[in-house]
Amino acid sequence: MSRLGKITRRTLLVGAVAVAGGAAFGVYQIRRPVENPLRPEEGVTLNPYVIIDQSGISIIAPRAEMGQGVHTTLAALVAEELDADWEAVRVLHGPPAAAYFNGALAHGALPVADYAMRDWQRRVTDGLGAASKLLGLQVTGGSTSTVDAFERMRLAGAGAREALKAVAAERLGVAVAELRTEKGHVIAPDGSEIDYRDLAEEAATRDVPRVDLRPQSEWKLLGRSLPRSDMQAKVSGAAQFSTDIVLPGMKCATVRICPYLGGGMERFDPAPALEVPGVEHVLDLGNGVAVVARNTWAAMQGAEAVEIDWTQSPLPTSTEAMFEQIAEAFDERHNSRMRNDGRPDDQEAQLEVEYRVPFLAHSTMEPMGATAWLQDGHLTLWVGNQAPREHLKVAAEAAGLSEEDVTLHTVFLGGGFGRRVETDVTRQAAMIAAMLPGIPIRLTWSREEDMRHDFYRPAAIARIRGAVAEGRATLFDAKIAAPSVTRQAIGRLAGREMGGPDKGHVEGAFDQPYAIPHYRVAGHLADLDVPVGFWRAVGNSFNGFFHESFIDELAHAAGRDPLHFRLDHVAPESAVAAGVLDAVRDLSDWDSPLPEGRARGVAMTWSFGTPTAVVLELDKTDGPIRITRAFMACDPGLVLDPAIVRAQMESGLIYGLSAALLGEITFTEGRADQGNFPDYDGLRIFNSPRIDVTILQENPHMGGVGEPGTPPAMPALANALYALTGQRARSLPLIHQADFLI
Amino acid sequence: MAISITVNGTQYETDAPSETPLLWVLRDELGLTGTKFGCGIAACGACTVHLDGQAVRSCQVPLSDVDGDVTTIEGLAETRYRALQDAWARNQVAQCGFCQSGQIMQAADLLAEIPEPSDADIDAAMGGNLCRCGTYTGIRAAIHDAARALNGGGAG
Ligand code: FES
Ligand code: FES
Repeated sequence: MSRLGKITRRTLLVGAVAVAGGAAFGVYQIRRPVENPLRPEEGVTLNPYVIIDQSGISIIAPRAEMGQGVHTTLAALVAEELDADWEAVRVLHGPPAAAYFNGALAHGALPVADYAMRDWQRRVTDGLGAASKLLGLQVTGGSTSTVDAFERMRLAGAGAREALKAVAAERLGVAVAELRTEKGHVIAPDGSEIDYRDLAEEAATRDVPRVDLRPQSEWKLLGRSLPRSDMQAKVSGAAQFSTDIVLPGMKCATVRICPYLGGGMERFDPAPALEVPGVEHVLDLGNGVAVVARNTWAAMQGAEAVEIDWTQSPLPTSTEAMFEQIAEAFDERHNSRMRNDGRPDDQEAQLEVEYRVPFLAHSTMEPMGATAWLQDGHLTLWVGNQAPREHLKVAAEAAGLSEEDVTLHTVFLGGGFGRRVETDVTRQAAMIAAMLPGIPIRLTWSREEDMRHDFYRPAAIARIRGAVAEGRATLFDAKIAAPSVTRQAIGRLAGREMGGPDKGHVEGAFDQPYAIPHYRVAGHLADLDVPVGFWRAVGNSFNGFFHESFIDELAHAAGRDPLHFRLDHVAPESAVAAGVLDAVRDLSDWDSPLPEGRARGVAMTWSFGTPTAVVLELDKTDGPIRITRAFMACDPGLVLDPAIVRAQMESGLIYGLSAALLGEITFTEGRADQGNFPDYDGLRIFNSPRIDVTILQENPHMGGVGEPGTPPAMPALANALYALTGQRARSLPLIHQADFLI
Repeated sequence: MAISITVNGTQYETDAPSETPLLWVLRDELGLTGTKFGCGIAACGACTVHLDGQAVRSCQVPLSDVDGDVTTIEGLAETRYRALQDAWARNQVAQCGFCQSGQIMQAADLLAEIPEPSDADIDAAMGGNLCRCGTYTGIRAAIHDAARALNGGGAG
């Protein structure tokens, strides 16, 4: 047991507080009570997950719903124990609050491969979870949400259920043990029913009994594919995203910020913009302008019309020069060597290769946007975001208010992928609203603004030496250079530099479950100030490509089948990982050869606690190369909602394949050359593969599902291309190197 | 001068400049925010609505060219293509959901043209609608499912 203590049922207690016409139930931690974000009366500290009042049952899911289905799964945790009627439950994004810290984020903090983590190490990271609470990181990311909520939200549901039963028992004059609960009702021995709503107010006034959680064998909702709580709103057009809030007297805004990254604005002339019909204001934002108009179209026309002299970007003037600067990091001492087995320096290399991957944009379907309204000194914002506390803080700063004078509503995210951790659009909306008090502002970025002001997935270079003997890999010696996402993004989020070895920079390479005698992965941090940020799967998104492309090269050098070669090296290290390789072999019928003109490639990456293997099948018999089939096998351990896991696997795969085939951001004079989808596209329905997914549950620890599908997709495509054409792709995107259907 | 347009059976007057694209009239002038902006250049399909029953990219249609009845996602439930919304829900298609209004409106146009589309028909008709969440498996299944329902085969 670490000194920091482990967050368990023993330190989590369920409590209740009164709300109008009912009660809010939630979990608090004995050791360090936090302020209740739902502002019940003083003295009570509670982390509310469920509110029962006269309108029914509302479950608070304090993680951003960006498509990954997290609201459904988090709400099901509460509903399972509460015996709520699933169809009638309302799911809400919680308010920004320290109480909703994401303890599971700390699981990534030890310099240890997840697959090899020992139990004591897990306990230490559980303790670190308590420390991350001090930072108040209410972040949706790192595929951690379900893991984090697994106990706490069930406890809240169970506590609420027992409190309601206690009230009913008293009222009916029977023992609690004689009562059952079902679909939002307490059921008496005689079969009569009392609605939870009629018990909640009284339940709020008493202590919540301690209860044990139900065993998995009794689960009715968890483990099943549930109708998603957000589905009806999303097929009817009713779902509200950041720019769908309608407010009285609202004006529409857009921004035009210096596209030469790191540059600024020397002067601007608003006159031509003010001549555009509908344009009302041109505002100085320092490094660019905001244009406010009657509608977004007029604002965008106006923003184009403003005459602006930009100052230069301090960045290298070409993408080539940026790569040179990244490569210079190899000359500096390594930042990390988180894997360092055997004596790589004494080994003769048979293969020495270099891989390169480009900068990537997130390109969420919904461009950045936010709604903000400053009324009588109070700022209200509506913004789909992945870190509400940070957004709130930044908004308060930008508007010159204290945090108490800001309310932030998290609305649906039109895709997140890591982009909406960043607070830039929230800052702008708050600034504009503060300059135009009383006027609600709907701020929408153009696609071009979105693509040219991203926090990009960094470009990265790997240099790898390798050797094989007797059909086995004997040497895998990799150096990886890229600008550090961890340093930049955590720096922005926490307001301070992160020192020490950067695990995120080498994840997906140093922590893979292969038994190789001389095995080393060194991270080199490049000194390049292109804004970089969390992009789906983060470091795994490039390291997965490097690692699994090179494993493929080693397999071919050894004259071995690449899947069986992998299995031979993985099985001694991890039965769980070998399991996904076995499963994908069966699913894809790997061992039966394909006819001329068709070929398969395989890759496997262990990321966010979930090993995921992908086999892709390519076909060039009918014109350009088509990705016809994809087979995926993953093992996230205990699965709470199989349909959501499947959907996330498919989504991660398509996101990764889109990047591997088409994705590339290049810069000229520090300005991204790509501005809209024709230059930076994703897979479409006609060039997406048919996808089969096998979900295993052998992993003893729960892993994430939002990201693990992305890393193996990219090398699987390059490896399949090699199998099809004999051409080894050591850089992405592949569209520059082969004739794919696009 | 005010221009009058009919959206989902309701007549609206707007004094927005006549070159304003229908997308922004719907979203910002009329408050119908179910129709989404993704690119502004006819490259993503998020803004797809029907003009006299035909799918159009509303970011490309100036107000002055709106010479027929407009149907948006908010009005689709009143038509027979509600079957698509039901099929979308049965197949749990949406992830972030941002592209789905456009996907569904485009699919309605497809089923109006081809009541029993093949996979190749779906590829041809839906290729202009991007989904960054990669929900294409679900979209394909839901279109087939809705086609069966509309053709009297019952929901599958
Ligand atoms: S917004 Fe009209 S097609 Fe993208
Ligand atoms: S569901 Fe997110 S873009 Fe399609």
